[in-house]
Formats: sequence, C-alpha cells, structure tokens
Amino acid sequence: MADMRVSLSGWQLDNPVIAASGTFGFGYEMAQWYDINLLGSISLKGTTAEARFGNPTPRIAECSAGLLNAIGLQNPGVDTVVKEELPRLREVFSKQAIANVCGFSVEEYVRVAQAFDACNEIALLEINISCPNVRHGGMAFGTSPAAAASVTEAVKRAVKKPVYIKLSPNVTDITEIAAAAESAGADGLVLINTLLGMRIDPRTGKKLISTGAAGFSGPAVKPVALRMVYQVCERVSVPVVGVGGICSGDDVLEFISAGAQAVEVGSCTLTDPFACKRIIEELEQRMEQWGISSLDEIRGRSHA
Amino acid sequence: MRSQGFYEIVSNRPLTADTFELRLSGNMDFAPVCGQFVNIKIDGLFLRRPISICDFSGSGFTVIYKIVGAGTGKLAEMKPGVKLDILTGLGNGFDLSAARGRIAVIGGGVGAPPLYVLAKELKKRGADFFTVLGWRDASQVFYRREFEVLAPLHIVTEDGSEGARGFVTDVLRDMEYDYYFTCGPMPMLRAVHRLGKEGQLSFEEKMGCGFGACMGCSCETLAGSRRICTEGPVMKSTEVRFDG
Repeated sequence: MADMRVSLSGWQLDNPVIAASGTFGFGYEMAQWYDINLLGSISLKGTTAEARFGNPTPRIAECSAGLLNAIGLQNPGVDTVVKEELPRLREVFSKQAIANVCGFSVEEYVRVAQAFDACNEIALLEINISCPNVRHGGMAFGTSPAAAASVTEAVKRAVKKPVYIKLSPNVTDITEIAAAAESAGADGLVLINTLLGMRIDPRTGKKLISTGAAGFSGPAVKPVALRMVYQVCERVSVPVVGVGGICSGDDVLEFISAGAQAVEVGSCTLTDPFACKRIIEELEQRMEQWGISSLDEIRGRSHA
Repeated sequence: MRSQGFYEIVSNRPLTADTFELRLSGNMDFAPVCGQFVNIKIDGLFLRRPISICDFSGSGFTVIYKIVGAGTGKLAEMKPGVKLDILTGLGNGFDLSAARGRIAVIGGGVGAPPLYVLAKELKKRGADFFTVLGWRDASQVFYRREFEVLAPLHIVTEDGSEGARGFVTDVLRDMEYDYYFTCGPMPMLRAVHRLGKEGQLSFEEKMGCGFGACMGCSCETLAGSRRICTEGPVMKSTEVRFDG
C-alpha cells in the first residue's frame, strides 16, 4: 500500500491533505458529510482576539474556475473558539488540528497564538499574515519582509508549538517574504492565500462584492500557487505547505513534486463537500498506479 | 438531513418569460422540511446555485427559479433526462409548530415557491390561513391556481395589472392575522416585518458553499450572527434586524 504519511515539524499526519482555513468552519459541521478523521488534518477558521462579523454581504462571487470572497475574518473570538468550538470539534475529530491565527497588531497575533498554544487539540499554529479582506493588519503584515519578520519573531518567542507563516501572493517577490519569515524563526510556511481580484456586473457596472476587491481562489489560481511553492522551496529549507486550487490527487502530486511537504484543499470543498476525502482516495490510487511508494520519494523531484 | 445525490430532470418548463419550474426525480431519503433549499451543481460553473424547494413527493421534488445570471441561464437550457449533482436538506426550514391563530402566508415574486409547499402543509394540518402574493405586474404571476386551491389568495401587482394595485403590505394592513410566514425580496421582508406582527421570514443571500463552511452568507441578527444557509434561511421576526 502506498505510504501517504508526512510530517510537519515532528507532527505525523496520515496523509498530506489538510482542509484549508476558511473553507471548513471549525471542522465539526463537516462531520455531517463524512468521517473527517480520514483527513491529514484541518486548518480551522481564522481567529482573532475579539469576535468579528466581517464584511457586509454580498461577500461571495462566482468567477471562471474559482470564486471571490471577502468574508473579512468572521469568527467568535479566540476565547469562544477555545471554550466552545474546540470541544465540539473534539467530539468528532480525534486528531490534532491547525489553528489559523489572525490579528491587527503584533500584540494581537501573540495573544491569539498563546491561547491556542495551550490547547491539546492544536498541533501547529498557522500565522495568517495574508488575509486580503481586512483593512490594516492581515495582509499588511505579509507584504513587507520586515513586518513578516516582526510578527514571526514575536509569536515564536511567545509559544512552544511549531509556527508556520501563511504567505500572501499579492507581493512582488514572495521568496523575499518567505526568507524573512524563515530567518525570523518560522518553523514552516503555508502558501498561497488568495489573490486580490474583482468582479463587476456588466449590466449595471456595480462591483459584485461589497468591499470591491476580494480574495480570488479556486482551480484557476493553481498554476500561480504551484509556481510560488516551487520558487519558495528553492529559497528556504523549512517545510512548505502548498495551497491554491487543489482539486484532485494529481494536483497533490504536482505540489509535492514542486517541494511541498503537505497540501491544503480549500475552495474545492465549497463546491464538493467530499473533496478532501475524494482527493485522498485519488492520491492513494495514483501512487499505487505509478509505483510511488512514499511521498518522501518524490518530494521536490521537479527541481532536478 | 444533508445529503448529496444525482437527480434526473423530469421537466423544466417556463412559467413566465424568465421563471422556470424544474421537476426532479431521485432519492428522497433526505426528508425535506418546508422552507429548506438544495444546492445545484451546474456544468461549467464553479459555485453551486442554491434554490428553495417548492414541492416534493416520495419520488422527487420541484424547484422554481428565475433567470438572473449565467447559472440560472444554463439551468433553463437543460432538458429532461439530464442528471444533476445536488446537495439536499440544506437550511433550517419553517417551524410550523410556532404558528398560532390566523396565519398570513406572504410571498413576493420568486420568493413565492417555498411558500407553496408550506401552504400545502398548513392545509394538511387544517390551519386557518390566507395567502398574499405580490408581483411587479401580471406577466410575472405564476402558480395562481396552485395557491388558490389551498386557501383564499390575494394577488397584488405594483402596476395594478392583476389583483390589487400596490404592495403586499397595502393588502395586509386591512387583514386580520396573528402570525405570518414570508419569503421575498429584502424591501418586502422589511415592510412586512415593520407591520409588527410575529412570524418567520425566509432570506436570500449569495452563498459560497450552502452548508455552513465558508461564512459567505452571514447576517447580523439580534441574537448574534447567523449563516443564512445553516441557521437560516428562515429567521424569527423577533430576532431579525433590519438596518436602515
């Protein structure tokens, strides 16, 4: 049988497929569709210190092979997540999850990260310095190497769990930000978050999303994500989790070949709630069909 | 109960120039509740299209949709025999047990369909109710006869080309009722809510997933934030908050 196991900074996953933040809620509701224990893991909904409603609707729009979203980090605040959402997840999910840590200041990132650092349900902290849908904070920390380094350093100092920095593709050179985060002590990187996009109603000229610009994701962004993962893997030596338009087992093999340690599946879940389950099954079949005995065997092979 | 399945198109016929009735057959184990919706995958489009259930039986269900964009445009071209990938059993649906006294069933435009299955259920339960349906003009009206046989029906059009002239609230002001169920465009929901009676309102919003994962369709209520797709689409009048 094909060995799909991967490890992220010492944390062993049964397979490389992680449900991406913002497309899987806090996990437990997806257990209505299938046994979510078959996932590698889940990256939970982005969490801030205080509760947030997010942006006004409409905050979703269809695109060719993808969608725009401008949710704006809706979440009940870290204290409620720890007290109410994590216990609900624990009832249906026996593995550890990834906390997606958001903030509007370095202090907020540290506060949220520390709260999750104390939770047994959480294995790893994904520091989201790349949300394009909030003013100030969010992506502002992910578009300058110095700011990315300062968040990374501050969080690293404050927590014990591995710290992975989730990067924005909305930059001139993502490898600069990646290198800055690595130098500042990041244990790993996750990329890419959504690309900034826009849609306009052709009849009225009105923007389709309340905030105007919004995050673009889905199969359409996969080549961009893959190229960035490839470039970042050339530049850094910490593990890279690849995200962006992954919809099939073959997509996973592309990202692993580019050097990704694991992958996250996002938008595809929104159109097919069974996407992650199907992708894991497809990956295993493909590995057997093509005689790939483990993912370690092929990781980064495209760089030759 | 949420599930996913393939449903075969039995018929897909126009009711007006831009509104279609789509009848589907397939597994009904998901046991629909009045006011719930389904989410339909349409080839060539990324996101599914959420549409309320208008009627159902043991062998299938019916939805009514208006062509408003690319998705519903493609749906209108689909022929009998085609199988559609559909997520079923989505949303909370109407809570009929909360209704009391004389009930007003109030629909606006393409908000009328989920009220049809509701009216059928009210009739079955022997409830005392009447229906008020509002439209822009006579050319938009559908399901007149279907609603008429269930309870007294009052049609209102903005231009007076059929029934009373004006808005549903113009008719409702002169009616006696204790409770209401309503679905329709936001200005209508706001106006009905403003009349002050107790009831339940069904909302519409652009959705990412339709099953609570993306938070795309959230709204703020007096009871906190609610996802239209999961805690909705039906909200109690006592919780709803209209801004502006």
